[in-house]
Amino acid sequence: MGHFFSVVVEPGFFQSEPVRLALVAGGVVAVVCGIVGSFAVIRGQSYAGHALADVSVTGGSASFLIGISPLWGFVGVGVVAAGIMDLIGIRRPRGRDLATGIVRGAGLGLAALFLYWDTTHSNTTGATITILFGSIFTISSSILPVVALLSALGVGIVAAIYRPLLLSSVSTELAAARGIPVRLVGLLCLIAISVAVSLSAMTIGAILSTALLIGPAATGMRLTSKPGLAMVWAALIGLAATWLGILLAWDSFYWPPARHGWPVSFFVVALVFIFYVLARQPAAWKARRAAARSGAARRAGVLAPVAPGTQQG
Amino acid sequence: MSHQPPGGSQDEMLAVDGVSVWLSGREILHDVRFTLRRGEFAGLIGSNGAGKTTLLRVILGLQAPSSGTVRVNGQPRSLRPSMIGYVPQKILLDPDMPIRARDLVGLGLDGHRLGIPLPSPGRRKLVDEMLQAVGADRFGDARVGNLSGGEQQRVLIAHALISRPRLLLLDEPLANLDIASEQDVVTLLARLAKEQQIAVLISAHEMNPLLPVMDRVVYLAGGRAASGTADEVVRSDVLSKLYGQHVDVIHVHDRVLVVAGRGEVLGATHPDISVHREDPEIPRENHGISPEEPGASPDDPGASPDDPGDPGASREDPGAGREQQTGSRIVGSV
Repeated sequence: MGHFFSVVVEPGFFQSEPVRLALVAGGVVAVVCGIVGSFAVIRGQSYAGHALADVSVTGGSASFLIGISPLWGFVGVGVVAAGIMDLIGIRRPRGRDLATGIVRGAGLGLAALFLYWDTTHSNTTGATITILFGSIFTISSSILPVVALLSALGVGIVAAIYRPLLLSSVSTELAAARGIPVRLVGLLCLIAISVAVSLSAMTIGAILSTALLIGPAATGMRLTSKPGLAMVWAALIGLAATWLGILLAWDSFYWPPARHGWPVSFFVVALVFIFYVLARQPAAWKARRAAARSGAARRAGVLAPVAPGTQQG
Repeated sequence: MSHQPPGGSQDEMLAVDGVSVWLSGREILHDVRFTLRRGEFAGLIGSNGAGKTTLLRVILGLQAPSSGTVRVNGQPRSLRPSMIGYVPQKILLDPDMPIRARDLVGLGLDGHRLGIPLPSPGRRKLVDEMLQAVGADRFGDARVGNLSGGEQQRVLIAHALISRPRLLLLDEPLANLDIASEQDVVTLLARLAKEQQIAVLISAHEMNPLLPVMDRVVYLAGGRAASGTADEVVRSDVLSKLYGQHVDVIHVHDRVLVVAGRGEVLGATHPDISVHREDPEIPRENHGISPEEPGASPDDPGASPDDPGDPGASREDPGAGREQQTGSRIVGSV
C-alpha cells in the first residue's frame, strides 16, 4: 500500500511549499469557476467568458510592466471589459456576439503590444508563458488573501442573486414580468464571470482559463437535471481536475526521458476534457441500448408471423 | 368599444381605460378600453402586428402607455409583478439547461427573491400541487427543455399561477401547438379561470380554438379594439368598423371566418370582390357561434365543407370561387 502510494505520488509532493500553495489556491479557484461557470453555460455566455479571458491577457501583461501581481491586472481589466460589453449590448442575442467580439478584439490588440513591451523593454522573459499558460507553482502566499477575497466576491454575487439570475437565464421575459431588473442581474453575472476567469487565468493561464470555467460546468449539467446539484458537480469536477493535474505535473518531473516536468495547465485541461467525454457516455450508451432494443423488437415483429410456434416453445 | 359591462365593481380584475401607445412615431394602440371580471376567460384576438403583445406589455407594466390607465384589481400601479401571472410568447428552452419543470414552477413562487432557495416541505408541497393542477405532475422532474410544446405551456402556466395572481396573461399560448394539445391547454385555462376565480386574457391570431370557452372577446385591428361577448363583437358591422373596410363574418359549422375583400370600403373595385358582398344566406346574426347550436351554419345549404364559407361563389363560374379565395384575405381563421 505504501509502495503503491509512493508510485502514484512521487516523493516530496506534500512537503513542497509551492505544491501546498498550488493545491489551496488552485482548489479554491476550481470551485469558484465551477459554480460561476455553470451560470455562464446556462446563460449561453461561454463565448463571453472566453472573451473576458482573452481580454484579461491585456491586464496581465500590463501588470508586468508596472510591477504588480498579474492577478490584479486580470481582474481589473476583466471587470472593466464586462462593463463595456454590457454597454455595447450583451443583452440582445446579436448584440451579444458583437459586443463580445469587439471588446475581445480591442483587448487582444493591446495585449499584443504589452506582451511585446514585456519581453523587450523590461526584463521579464517568462512573462508571456506565465500570463498565457499560468504559473500555479509560482503563486506566493502573499496573494492568497486576494484570492480568497475575489473568490468570495465571485461566489457571493451568484449566491446573492441565485434565483433572479436563474429565472432570467431561463427567460428574460419571465424575469422582467416578475419585476426583476434583468439588465442589472446580467451585469452582475458578467462581473462574477470575469472574476472567476481572472482567478483561473492565474492558475492555468489566460488562454486556458475558460476550460476550467466551461468544462466542469458543462460536465455537471450532463450528470444531473437539478440546477443546484449541477453546480456542486461542476465544483467537484473542477477540483478533481486541478488537484489531479497538480499531482501529475509533479510526477512528470520523474518521467522519462527528459525529466523536465510538464505544465500543470496541460494536465488540468486534459482532465477536464476527459471528464466531459466520460460524462457524455451514459447518455450515449442509453441511446444505443434503446436503439438496439427497438431494432430487436422490429426483427421479432417480422419473425413472429413466420414462426408462430416459437412463442409456445 | 361599445359594450362595456358596468365597471367599478369589486369583481373587476382588469380595467384598461383609453390606452394609446405611440412607438417611434407610430400609433400602435388607439384608445383601447375594456374590463375583465373575476373568473372571466377572454381572448385578445388580432392578426400579427395588431398590437396584442404591446397591449399585454402595457398591462404588465413593461410598457408605459402614451395616454390612458390600467388598473389591476382596482389598483393603479406601474408595475404589478405579484398580481399578474404572465406566459410570454414562445420562449426557447434549451434542453441542455439543468432546470426541471418543478424548478421553473418554484421560481414562479420566489424567483424575484435574493439568495439560494432552501429546501422546505411547504415549498415542495405548493409546487407539487401546482404541477398537479395543470396536469404536469407526470413530467415534474424532467428537464423543461426536453418537454413538448404543450407540456412546456403547462409548466409555464404553473409558473405563472403559483404566486396566486388575480390576472393571468398569455401571449399566443396556442402558437406552435398541435390540435390536441391546443384543446388541452384551452380546456385547462378555462377550468383554472373558474376554479381559481382569476381573469384570464389570452392573445391569439386564431379565435376558433377559444370560441367554445371564451366569455369575452377583445378584438384588435389596426390598434383599435372592440370588446364584448363573441356574439356582440364577431359581427360584420362591428369588425368592418374596426378594420375600416368591409369584412364578412362567415360561420362554417362551428367555426368563424373573418374575410376581408380587397379595398372594398376604400372604393377600389375588383370584379372578383362582388361575389362575397351582402349574401342573405350567410348568417350574420348572433347564432351559429356555439358548437352546441345545431341550427346554425352546418344546415346552411351554401356552407358545405367542400365550399368553405362562400356560397356566393357557386352562382358565378367555378373559377370565381378560387379567384375570390386568393383575392380576399382571411383575417380571422381557417
